[in-house]
Amino acid sequence: MNPKCHPPHLADRLLEWFVAPHQLETLQGDLHEEFTYQVERVGVWRARWRYWRDVLGFIRPYVIKRQRNEYPNPTNTDMIENYFKIAWRNLIRAKGYALINIGGLAVGMAVAMLIGLWVWDELNFDKSFANYDRIAQVMQHQTYNGKIGTQTAIPFPLGDELRRNYGESFKHVLMATWIEPRVLTVGDKTISKSGLAIEPQAPAMLTLSMRKGTWAGLTETASILLSESTARDLFGEADPMNKLIRLDDKTTVKVTGVYEDLPQNSSFSTMSFITPWELFLSERTWVRAMENPWRSNSFQLFVQLTEQADIGKVSAKIRDVKMKNIRPEERRYQPQVFLNPMRQWHLYSEFTGGIRTGGLIQFVWLFGSIGVFVLLLACINFMNLSTARSEKRAKEVGIRKAVGSLRGQLITQFFGESLLVVALAFGLALAVVVLTLPTFNQVADKQIPLPWTNPVFWLLGLGITVFTGLIAGSYPALYLSAFKPLNVLKGTFRAGRFAAVPRRVLVVVQFTVSITLIVGTLIVFRQIQFAKNRPVGYSRAGLVRLAGTENTHKYIDVIRSELKTAGVIAELAESGTPATDVWSTNGGFEWRGKDPGLSVDFPNAGVSYEFGQTLGWQLVAGRDFSRAFGTDSAGFIINETAAKFMGFKNPLGEIVRWDGHPFTIIGVVKDMVVESPYQSIRPSIYHLDPNNGSFVIVRINPAVSTGQALAGIETVFKKYNPAIPFDYRFIDQEYARKFGDEERIGTLASIFAVLAIFISCLGLFGLASFTAEQRTKEIGVRKVLGASVLNLWGLLSRDFVGLVAIAFGIATPVAWYFLSNWLQQYDYHTNISWWIFGVTGSGAVLITLLTVSYQSIKAALMNPVKSLRSE
Amino acid sequence: MKRTYLGEFEEIVLLMVAGMDGEAYGVGITHKLNEETDRSVRLNQVHAALHRLQEKGMVASRLGDPTPERGGRRKLLFTVTAYGYRTLQEIKAVRAQLWSTVPITPKLATSL
Repeated sequence: MNPKCHPPHLADRLLEWFVAPHQLETLQGDLHEEFTYQVERVGVWRARWRYWRDVLGFIRPYVIKRQRNEYPNPTNTDMIENYFKIAWRNLIRAKGYALINIGGLAVGMAVAMLIGLWVWDELNFDKSFANYDRIAQVMQHQTYNGKIGTQTAIPFPLGDELRRNYGESFKHVLMATWIEPRVLTVGDKTISKSGLAIEPQAPAMLTLSMRKGTWAGLTETASILLSESTARDLFGEADPMNKLIRLDDKTTVKVTGVYEDLPQNSSFSTMSFITPWELFLSERTWVRAMENPWRSNSFQLFVQLTEQADIGKVSAKIRDVKMKNIRPEERRYQPQVFLNPMRQWHLYSEFTGGIRTGGLIQFVWLFGSIGVFVLLLACINFMNLSTARSEKRAKEVGIRKAVGSLRGQLITQFFGESLLVVALAFGLALAVVVLTLPTFNQVADKQIPLPWTNPVFWLLGLGITVFTGLIAGSYPALYLSAFKPLNVLKGTFRAGRFAAVPRRVLVVVQFTVSITLIVGTLIVFRQIQFAKNRPVGYSRAGLVRLAGTENTHKYIDVIRSELKTAGVIAELAESGTPATDVWSTNGGFEWRGKDPGLSVDFPNAGVSYEFGQTLGWQLVAGRDFSRAFGTDSAGFIINETAAKFMGFKNPLGEIVRWDGHPFTIIGVVKDMVVESPYQSIRPSIYHLDPNNGSFVIVRINPAVSTGQALAGIETVFKKYNPAIPFDYRFIDQEYARKFGDEERIGTLASIFAVLAIFISCLGLFGLASFTAEQRTKEIGVRKVLGASVLNLWGLLSRDFVGLVAIAFGIATPVAWYFLSNWLQQYDYHTNISWWIFGVTGSGAVLITLLTVSYQSIKAALMNPVKSLRSE
Repeated sequence: MKRTYLGEFEEIVLLMVAGMDGEAYGVGITHKLNEETDRSVRLNQVHAALHRLQEKGMVASRLGDPTPERGGRRKLLFTVTAYGYRTLQEIKAVRAQLWSTVPITPKLATSL
């Protein structure tokens, strides 16, 4: 054939690609023959053109469809298909074990995932801010009562000082107040929201994403930026821009912007609005008028460093900035200013003696390790059940090896099997997480979403699945694949006497972890209960706290007499302290016999005459404040700790000078728990202050129902404060909130502990049923020879109880060590009593017996005829 | 009378196969069809018909000898099967029967 008359190459290639191999030869032959014929008839070009048309015309299913091979060649994919088939058949054949395996793993993985989400949320705290690496808070260490304390509160001029002398290191230096509640009024709508006053560059520093307005919204003095949710609460769907809002019914501000709500895992999540610092200064004229502005620590200071500045160096540079400016007599507080970088705010902001000692990060570690342990427990179940059941599959391994499987291939097979099981468990675990996440969020006080769209989440999920599959599958894979085919197939194969040793070790590990967790949970709850039972020094029942206002203070006497006449209250008092917290501490106290080098700082509170009577404090010496004594305005009532601290045998009548002014101690009260119920009580001082109306504390008349009393109080308060919402707090509820953190940890830890013991028992149940099954014949023979059910029950249960006893022996010192360390951080703590270990130990044995007994009794009750007949 | 349905084109191809007496193959049939019926038939149409006929069991195929104009490739040769042959005969008989009922000078429609 003339080479020039060759059919188009490309068309031929296409043909070769799509035509089924068995048809190609004859079909292509026909096409080529036709082409040669057409070349002679119509010429090369038109023949080629026809050739193309013909080739395309053959694109038909019957041409493309490949012939089925009757005898397929085994390939890798066929082998893998076979592996999956066998794995699936094994799962189906032993449904109970499959359920234990997959269920246990799923629970373990679900716990690990939930904890993982929690840890992820904690580690990403504040990371939503673009300037995360550059933002810092200015803080200070000071020495009080001989101890170094660390605080965020700093004096007013510090901001200007940093700007003036160290301005080159900072991009922004922003003075701010705390996030505090204020009353926002628009028309007849009044709500109470928390927010702060800060200098105008704050939106830029926090890179707020503005829904309306710009970052420059705080430049006008009478302006306010609202969070999106606050704007919605106040204005609904209407445009809030340039609308006017009344703040605390005193100041009018204009809305100049709306920013997107900050995420829940950020330090500013509670910030519902921002007002300008200038506005705050104009509302509180005393700030600028302070005679010694460096003395009072009442503000916060945030900075953003420039790109070049090194946070450590800047922090060292500004260390003595306060020391240089304060008066000589204040130098003994030894203030050291430093920068606390944003990355350490949430997790590492605990200081002891001026040194960073950690913080919430310990919970990240605690829960992280619990998550890993629970997952480990589930993996151990898998390993134990797989190896225990290995005998059932020994023959399969033997056959596979005899027909030529390499060890490597068997290892692949068993890894594949465990991956299959883990993948099923992962699916189930995801479902569990989806169902339990809302509850978990509630318990953990979080708003963690499931990051469906986050590739990192899926990568981690895949990673955990593969990792778990490899860990859980490693032992069976290596153990099973090492069987010698000859031994196995001869039928004499018995796992050696020591084959069960690793399994026992793993059971011991499981129960060690579970028992440690249970002891831990018990002790956490005991500590909480211990602190709850701590005598608080006053009576909390029927005590209500209201926020004081200008008008309540002005008309307090009228209000008091009106309420008393109405019979809804037993007593009422004004106070500078909320009764469940310390709002003010002061130095400058001097007394007889005081070490002149000692700088002190006592919680103190200005109160009204009826404070003690309202609160119901208990005097141990002297008397309460009384209107009958004019001199009481220069009187102190101190607590027992203060009396002890000052070293007075008989404190009554002693003179304590406060900034030089003499005060006489007229009474000593029993210590009251005001701050954390876990800490020791600080020396505290109370004095009369006719100008302090921050809070109104009310004791409801016990003869009147709470609802009725509150309604009565509201009527009177509304009369004098028509514009302010009636907002009240029950002191006992406020006090109960002090236990929130510990209770949360306790609840979470107890859930995990229960799950851990559940997973361990699941594994034990599987092992027990396996042993019982394996020893069916032995039990049959024993029964024939006269063993009683009790005998057999003991025989089958003894092993497991022994293992749990060993685990208990290991867990006791471990738990003791960690928990006594944990308790040390609380001044007021319970002791680890032996009965806790006793209860846990006997509980563990009991649970083990219950788990194992079901199987062992079932085995012991079996009819020996049945078990011996079958062969 | 029950029999497998044959399309008109299939019937013609089957007749061709029968007529070529064991030497029928794709290109040969196509050319002969084009010459004798004055139709323009394409190779792939013939192949499709042969495929269907084989599926119906009316033709059988075997591999023939390679020829140079096919680039040394073998032909797929088709022979009619007994079933196929009987079917053809039945069709012919039916036609003949029907023809016998037609008058020698039928009335033809005059206007259309």
